[in-house]
Amino acid sequence: MERNFSYADAIKEATDQEMGRDPCVVVFGLDVDDPKGIQGTTSGLVEKYGAERVFGTPLSEDGMTGAAIGMALAGLRPVHIHIRMDFLLLAMNQLINVAAKARYMYGGQVQVPIVVRAMIGKSWGQGAQHSQSPYSFFMHVPGLKVVAPTTPYDAKGCLIHAIRDNDPVLYIEHRILHFQRGPVPEAAYGTSPGNARVVVEGTDATLVGISYMQVECMRAQRYLDAAGIRAEVIDPIWLSPLDIDTIEQSVRKTGRLCVVDNGWMSCGAGSEIIAQVVERLQGLRDLRVHRMGFAPTTCPPTPSLEDLFYPNGQKIASAVFDLVRGTKHHWMPDERADLQEIEFKGPF
Amino acid sequence: MSEIATDKYARVYHQLFRIRRVEEEIAQVYPTDKIKSPVHLSIGQESVAVGVCDTLLPEDVVFGSYRCHAFYLAKGGDLNKMIAELYGKVTGCARGKGGSMHLIDLAHGVMGASAVVGTTIANAVGYAYALKLQRKNAIVVSFFGDGATEEGVFHESMNFAALKELPILFVCENNLYAIHTHLSRRRKSANICERARSYGMPAEFIDGNDVLQIRERIGTVAGALRNGATGPYFFECMTYRFREHVGPNEDYHLGYRSREEAEPWLKNDSVKVLGRLLDPDLRRRIESQVEAEIRKAFLFAEESPFPEDHELFLDVLEA
Repeated sequence: MERNFSYADAIKEATDQEMGRDPCVVVFGLDVDDPKGIQGTTSGLVEKYGAERVFGTPLSEDGMTGAAIGMALAGLRPVHIHIRMDFLLLAMNQLINVAAKARYMYGGQVQVPIVVRAMIGKSWGQGAQHSQSPYSFFMHVPGLKVVAPTTPYDAKGCLIHAIRDNDPVLYIEHRILHFQRGPVPEAAYGTSPGNARVVVEGTDATLVGISYMQVECMRAQRYLDAAGIRAEVIDPIWLSPLDIDTIEQSVRKTGRLCVVDNGWMSCGAGSEIIAQVVERLQGLRDLRVHRMGFAPTTCPPTPSLEDLFYPNGQKIASAVFDLVRGTKHHWMPDERADLQEIEFKGPF
Repeated sequence: MSEIATDKYARVYHQLFRIRRVEEEIAQVYPTDKIKSPVHLSIGQESVAVGVCDTLLPEDVVFGSYRCHAFYLAKGGDLNKMIAELYGKVTGCARGKGGSMHLIDLAHGVMGASAVVGTTIANAVGYAYALKLQRKNAIVVSFFGDGATEEGVFHESMNFAALKELPILFVCENNLYAIHTHLSRRRKSANICERARSYGMPAEFIDGNDVLQIRERIGTVAGALRNGATGPYFFECMTYRFREHVGPNEDYHLGYRSREEAEPWLKNDSVKVLGRLLDPDLRRRIESQVEAEIRKAFLFAEESPFPEDHELFLDVLEA
């Protein structure tokens, strides 16, 4: 019987199963043991595994990230949780100067198997410092892995893989996705890099959505479908290492690529994906490419401006329409009630 | 060499002299450009590393800063691999990919060093957390300079170590200068121990760069921690760097400090003081043994190969 789980429950189950399997797994961060338990993703863990393995920390992102690295050097497998990715910016030194470098600069003698869970969110009025998703910063750095699962199925599989991975992994989770529901097998399984998923097949354009923007891409696909354009939708899942082969194969077929980033476009994940695809296919294939992402400004809290800040299904559909037709058509689908909230069903 | 190992003075002198001579030799070779790595010499400061590490057991671990030659050697780090690392050779302690600022010797509990001030303090604290969770009896020593105590990570690490009562000794090597800037120009209150105490741990000030006093005080506390006393514990050890911040030379001509300031430290140099305590024959045997070992280590580095091209991409991630 297929179980219908929320993304948040999938994270909790993955953590619980890994903690049960491996006594080296420890979980900490601000508020992990409080009554809300990080959207429920850590609820019950302290009762089951004790306060030495599950604990709330002082407000010391830098120091605690350094401590996580030290624990990993001593054989533990820490999962360090940040309820806002914005807070993670306080820990850049430890992540980039130590976690990413240790294996290399010590000649392969040590490893830093840490998982950094970082929550990103659509602003809903939280403004400039509670809305950012700077995962591309980490994609820039050799020695780090970055994953941004979209479905409950991948939320579980990617977290299990990340915990077992012997390198540092940034696990990016969008707060809206926490409420998504979908099938999640009970037995433990890992979702490894190299498994980007073609979610919907199509022939006219390739649409790559990152994290929550995958949901908006699915909406765009439906709008486009109604307009007679068949978009192929790909969820890259792991951003570093990136499964560029799957995306390249799709663009080979469609000749058009639109990447929708859940962040700013400049030096972003979308820029990287498009650059790699163009490097591979230029001269072999007529190509048209387009990036979408946050507006190049600070996220405003007021709803009227916030709506302009983010891509959505209609805006994406409009852009892909132009990409396929080749000129500016200013076509914008009317909002459909049935596409306001898609129940996101992976892993198919 | 059992007489050296068993006699406290001989053992400490052997360590002090060995580190001093290794670094003097590095300074000697440096102008040839065979060592293409920024060297931060500990000359003048060896007492702290030697005094601390002489009390540690093989299973204890140390973390530190880029001025890492002294504690690497004092904890038992392999000399051949260290010199080869400075030469960038594949036989180095990090296969030529760490350099002078990132020495490591896991077999002897040297857990690495960071070029970014204060960074490893948090790593040491995390390691101590793991030791406690794993119910191990070993202890951690975190070495850092006075400059590190101004970094945020120092304060975050102190707080967490005290909160969790971790088996760690914090050892601040206070040489008065962060590169060329005196402590008095960096803070209103220079009392470092007071800051440690404010986080709820005992802190002790050791003046005079006295290797035997450092050894005795650290040894007492390390023993207590092994016997179940709760950590952490903080030591501030006054010391003095004889050479420039980075590089092989003296730098009194720059004017940020005077030779007069250095005089008492030079006069009270532990290498000289301890040397005078030893029987002259024993001292000669120690010194000639060290000189032979150093010659061999530099020869080993000279004759070792550089890493092959494929190593550029080796160990970025797990293979």
